[in-house]
Amino acid sequence: MPSVEERRLVDALRAGDERAFTKLVQEYGPAMLRVARMFVSSRAVAEEVVQEAWLGVLKGLGRFEGRSSLKTWIFRILTNTAKTRAVREGRSIPFSALASDDDESGGVEPDRFLGDDTRFPGHWALPPQRWDAAPEGRLLADETLELIEREIAKLPPNQAIVVTMRDVEGFDAEDVRNVLDISETNQRVLLHRARSKLRRALEEYLR
Amino acid sequence: MRLDRELSCIEVVELVTAYLDDALGAADRERVEEHLVFCDGCSTYLEQNRQTVALTGRLVPDDIPAPLRESLVAAFREWSRA
Repeated sequence: MPSVEERRLVDALRAGDERAFTKLVQEYGPAMLRVARMFVSSRAVAEEVVQEAWLGVLKGLGRFEGRSSLKTWIFRILTNTAKTRAVREGRSIPFSALASDDDESGGVEPDRFLGDDTRFPGHWALPPQRWDAAPEGRLLADETLELIEREIAKLPPNQAIVVTMRDVEGFDAEDVRNVLDISETNQRVLLHRARSKLRRALEEYLR
Repeated sequence: MRLDRELSCIEVVELVTAYLDDALGAADRERVEEHLVFCDGCSTYLEQNRQTVALTGRLVPDDIPAPLRESLVAAFREWSRA
C-alpha cells in the first residue's frame, strides 16, 4: 500500500504541481542518472535515458495504482528504458545468467586459505589485516572514493548495477529484486561478487 | 542442539553478504556467529565488508544537469496542460 505522503504526492503531480515534480526530480534524478550510466556507454546517453524515463513516468502517472512504491515504479521504468537502450547499443546485460564466465572465483583468492593437506584446511593462511592500521585518514580520503568509483566501473554491468542500487543509493534487497525482476538468490550473488571485488581492491590499496 | 559441523573460513567468506542482509537461516546464522567468536581473520573480513559498504555509500551522485532539469520541467508543464 502506498503511504499517505506518497498518495498526496501522486495527487499533486496529477494536479500539475510543478514544485512537487521538481522536488521529485531532485530526489530521484541523480540516482537515476547513476544507475542509467551502468547500463549504457556514455554519460550523454544516460542523460537521454533519464529524460525518456521521466517522460514514461508522466505518461504512466495517470494509471499508477500504487501496487509498488512510487520509487520502485519509477526505477522500473528507468531500468526498462535503460535496458532497451543498452540492447540497441549492442550491449546485453545478463541478469538471469548466474554463472557468468568472469566469476568462477570466490570472494577471496583460494591461495589465502590452507590446503586440504594441512591440519586446518579452508582456514586462513593469509588473514586480512585490519584497515584501521592504515595511515590516519587514508580510508576516508577522496582518493579512496575515486578508487571505489573506478572499481565499480570495472565490474560486469549486472554486478555494477546491483551494488550501485544497494550500496550507493541505499535500496534494500527487495527493492532491487522488484526493480530488476531478479530472484532473491540472484540479487545476493551479484551483490556478493561485487562487494567481494571492491573489498579486495581496497585491501590491495590500503596495504 | 549440537551443530553438525564447524564452518571453515573459506566457507564463511562466501556467507558474509547473506549474513549482513540477515538472510541466513537460523542454523547457518548460528554457525557463522560461532565461527566469528574465535576467528580473528573472519571477524576482520566481516568488518572490512561493512567498511566497504559504508565507503561505497559515501559516493555522491552528480546533480542532474540544469538543461536536463529544465527540459523535464518543460515536459511536465506540457503534460499537465494536456
